[in-house]
Amino acid sequence: MADLTVTEATDGLGLPLAMGDCILSAQAPGTAWLIAPYPGRRAACSAALAPLGLSFPAPGQGLAGQGLAAGGRRIVWAGRDQAFLFGAAPPEGLAEHAALTDQSDGWAGLRLQGPDAEAVLARLVPLDLRIGAFPEDHVARSLLGHMPLLIQRTGPETFALMTYRSMAGSAVQEIGHALKAVAARRRLG
Amino acid sequence: MRLTCPCCGPRDRREFTYYGHETFLHRPAPDAGGQAWDDYLHNRDNPAGPTRDLWYHDPCGTWLVVARDTVTHAVEGSEALA
Ligand SMILES: [Zn+2]
Repeated sequence: MADLTVTEATDGLGLPLAMGDCILSAQAPGTAWLIAPYPGRRAACSAALAPLGLSFPAPGQGLAGQGLAAGGRRIVWAGRDQAFLFGAAPPEGLAEHAALTDQSDGWAGLRLQGPDAEAVLARLVPLDLRIGAFPEDHVARSLLGHMPLLIQRTGPETFALMTYRSMAGSAVQEIGHALKAVAARRRLG
Repeated sequence: MRLTCPCCGPRDRREFTYYGHETFLHRPAPDAGGQAWDDYLHNRDNPAGPTRDLWYHDPCGTWLVVARDTVTHAVEGSEALA
């Protein structure tokens, strides 16, 4: 049997990339299942997700698993009647209420951290990402330049970014340009 | 220009795709006749003032109808279609 080697979407892209006071690093999404509830079944999906300590998220919401058994699993809103389940297989019974797709190998994950992370993303993402408007755990689907983006604030100065795997190189390049420009501005004082 | 997605909130115009006048919501009956179908498929006004048109919020997948004014550029509101 063939022994396949896993390569992450961000391999060979020169990450981590540190510039100014920010660092861009790879953050592979791991197991990512897209959950799309059938019409009127959101509550049933939440019930099926309860054993994982999760429920189906509201628009813009990211939820981390609760309790000792949570083990880093989380669910993140990902569009109208769509959510990503990370770090766990879909629980028993969920398939009756939602269309499930394993998209683990379809996405590239990045992490941008630093005091200027908001300033860097302001050059690429048409959203108000200041902490007052986009608080911790908040999620949005938007654009990174011209690329589709799923973005979550994971800390006071940290964002998790996901785009399609085929666009990983462009995403790193565009964020790299923004990092360089913001760092240059800072040096000018 | 900013439009409000009923699902996501106020967003930049870059996130939306324009589809056309809300005429597309008023599909004639199959036997409505050639004139009605011609109007539905091909004939549009070019209003100076209030208009209602269809937009798609690409990031989340919501279709919406937007009421806006082509003279003042005011956006009066929007609602989800389904
Ligand atoms: Zn939306």
